[in-house]
Amino acid sequence: MEPIIEFKEYTFKYRSQVEPSLRDINLKIYPGEKVLIVGPSGSGKSTLSNCINGLVPFSFPGDSSGSLTIDGKDPKQLGIFGMSKIVGTVLQDTDGQFIGLTVAEDIAFALENDMMSQEKMHAKVEEVAEIVDVKNLLNHAPSELSGGQKQRVSMAGVLVDDVKILLFDEPLANLDPATGKRAIDMIDKIQKNRDTTIIIIEHRLEDVLYRDVDRIVVINEGQIIADMEPDELLSTNVLKEQGIREPLYISALKHAGCNLTKDTKPQHIENMKLDTYEEQVRTWYDSAKREIPKVREESVLRIENLDFSYTEEKPILQDINFDIKKGEMLSIVGKNGAGKSTLSNLICGFYKPQQGKIYLHNQDISLLSIKERGEKIGLVMQNPNQMICKPLIYDEVALGLKVKGVPEQEIKERVYQTLKICGLYQFRNWPISALSFGQKKRVTIASILVMNPEIIILDEPTAGQDYKHYTEIMEFLKEINLRLGITIIMITHDMHLMLEYTDRAVVIADGKLIADDTPSAILTNEEIANKAYLKKTSLYDLAIRCGIEQSSEFVDRFIYYEKKIRSNSKKEMVLDYV
Amino acid sequence: MLSYDTRVLVVMVVFSLVIFYMSKTKWKQVGAVFNMIMIFLLLNIIAVFIFSPYQGVKIYGSRTDLFHIIGPYTMTAEQLFYEGNMILKYFTIIPAALMFFVTTDPSEFAASLNKVGIHYNIGYAIAIALRYIPDVQGDFTKIKHAQEARGIEMSGKASLISRIKNVAAIIFPLIFSSMSRIDTISNAMELRGFGKHKKRTWYYARPLKRNDYLTIGVVVIFAIIGLFITFHNGSRFYNPF
Repeated sequence: MEPIIEFKEYTFKYRSQVEPSLRDINLKIYPGEKVLIVGPSGSGKSTLSNCINGLVPFSFPGDSSGSLTIDGKDPKQLGIFGMSKIVGTVLQDTDGQFIGLTVAEDIAFALENDMMSQEKMHAKVEEVAEIVDVKNLLNHAPSELSGGQKQRVSMAGVLVDDVKILLFDEPLANLDPATGKRAIDMIDKIQKNRDTTIIIIEHRLEDVLYRDVDRIVVINEGQIIADMEPDELLSTNVLKEQGIREPLYISALKHAGCNLTKDTKPQHIENMKLDTYEEQVRTWYDSAKREIPKVREESVLRIENLDFSYTEEKPILQDINFDIKKGEMLSIVGKNGAGKSTLSNLICGFYKPQQGKIYLHNQDISLLSIKERGEKIGLVMQNPNQMICKPLIYDEVALGLKVKGVPEQEIKERVYQTLKICGLYQFRNWPISALSFGQKKRVTIASILVMNPEIIILDEPTAGQDYKHYTEIMEFLKEINLRLGITIIMITHDMHLMLEYTDRAVVIADGKLIADDTPSAILTNEEIANKAYLKKTSLYDLAIRCGIEQSSEFVDRFIYYEKKIRSNSKKEMVLDYV
Repeated sequence: MLSYDTRVLVVMVVFSLVIFYMSKTKWKQVGAVFNMIMIFLLLNIIAVFIFSPYQGVKIYGSRTDLFHIIGPYTMTAEQLFYEGNMILKYFTIIPAALMFFVTTDPSEFAASLNKVGIHYNIGYAIAIALRYIPDVQGDFTKIKHAQEARGIEMSGKASLISRIKNVAAIIFPLIFSSMSRIDTISNAMELRGFGKHKKRTWYYARPLKRNDYLTIGVVVIFAIIGLFITFHNGSRFYNPF
């Protein structure tokens, strides 16, 4: 069979860059295959996908050598429009790529541009909407849809073209775990029913592997590091060496000293052959220790009987009660739109609750203004670009103090001290535009930290970050939590973050608090996980399948084990980001 | 458009109100916009009086003083009549404009603009602006809240000058996040073939039906009658003085 995509000795350099982003790529993808491309940020995986859909070189010009053929043709000759007939791309940003004012129009967009007659167009839209299960939403505006629905509309929008190749750029980045699972399932169905070639670019490997993939291609520094079947790849240490997170059960098996082989089928924990490993896992479990949970007494933020709704008929939050202790790291989790952000908006005073009280150090704060609360409770938004308003790092961090009228000398001292804590001191006079995303994030955290808050609330602190940057941001937050005793609340749907970095998780589903427990207990509880659109951790399945009843204890021991490994290598890491 | 003829205007106001009533537009949908228009109307008639208190006298060629106000300002019957006509003229347009906002689907509007020969780029620019207004509004609120929490006061408590300064703290992040949005949109549009051909079709385009042709016909007849009256009288104004 002829490959549908073939890179031969392909090298590409963006016009604006000195070094090539892809070097000597040799890759063949065959019709009907499902290929996962993984790699850390800046590895060249996005460039590779842009080469396939024609954004390179048409929207992002540059120089290439070697050859690339797609469906037997040269993309350069087809142009971006010709390419769009062969390759359908679903981008990461579910909002940004929703062009139409309604679902139907968005699906029809490509057909409109092709001047298809209205009658044919209506029929085609119906047909495709059926496939991705949005037929009953055709007249809805994007604001009425959930993230998962928007993504399915985007899939429909490229399926109308009967493309041979579907390209997904980080399809899971903005979805909660259960919705992500559904998306992967949908992609799988499309591949099976229409025999489409599927390429998925994603660093959340474990979630993609929820359904079989034929091959995984690992990219780093512009080169292909590995191109293997999943079973084979998971038996090696390639992922770890390239800074990509392995599925948790794989890490656990490796910690237990198991020598994985591809014939045990490690791709799915549910049907992996574990018999040879069970004993080792149990032995490891018995010898591993867990962290002794710290007992914290002093309440810093207490929420009592909180109710909130925009309209009377539809309550957003109902009777929320919980107590956050000083120095805790807490996660608020739940499906998209469950009311997590509303809760943080209520805490910060952006909205007023219909009922209930919020206490800071046992004092009711209902009468405090947004600004007054802001001095105690800092809020860091998901996207740093939504907070940064000064061109220079120093000015950005100093802004809050200047507005408050703090004397110049004191501002300087406090800003410098904060920048040192955040590892940004040597950049203090740099323009912010020269920083990476992770560094910008750190600037926004610094600009909150400088105000000496007692609590910092972070909205999705690690969304869209690869494993290395994720670890960097989270270790940094842990550090300020430990060193400065600041209580940290994180709103997230990243199950790894919740497991690895928080002491406690508050689970919100359909406006109600349904659990308030340790993350390991929550993620091994099927009922709660389902209700809140979370995903049970694969460590649970591993524990159960190895005959370990106390799955949550198993998870705790695993997390502690990993923590120790991280703190051993942390010295290097600190040097890395100073 | 041209006529200030009171008789024509009165007829048009009546027609306009009848159509507005028939369209079953709810006050709730248009109330805020209507109030805004009223404020502008008020500003408009006051400004006309301040800058040109004797415009009416000039137009109608007579002067009937009613009462003296201050300095060079004397209220004349002609000026009152002239400004009254202005208000009437506003009211001929307001119901139609409000109805247009409420009843026109932006997608259909974009399609129709294209149909009457305007390039689809322009129609689509309007449609997509409408598509992203709620998103940008959402961004605006989020950014404003976050900056307020940092102590940048935007409410009435801060002085006007510091509020204007503080607006920058919202505007810059808003511009930057909108810019990256634009990047994504334009890539997404291009990947799906926008701009491939000189023409495009529209999912929501509607063919003109009998009633549409009838409406166009009535509009043309109205325009001709209006023009006829204007030229017949030899003036855009009806002069009772």
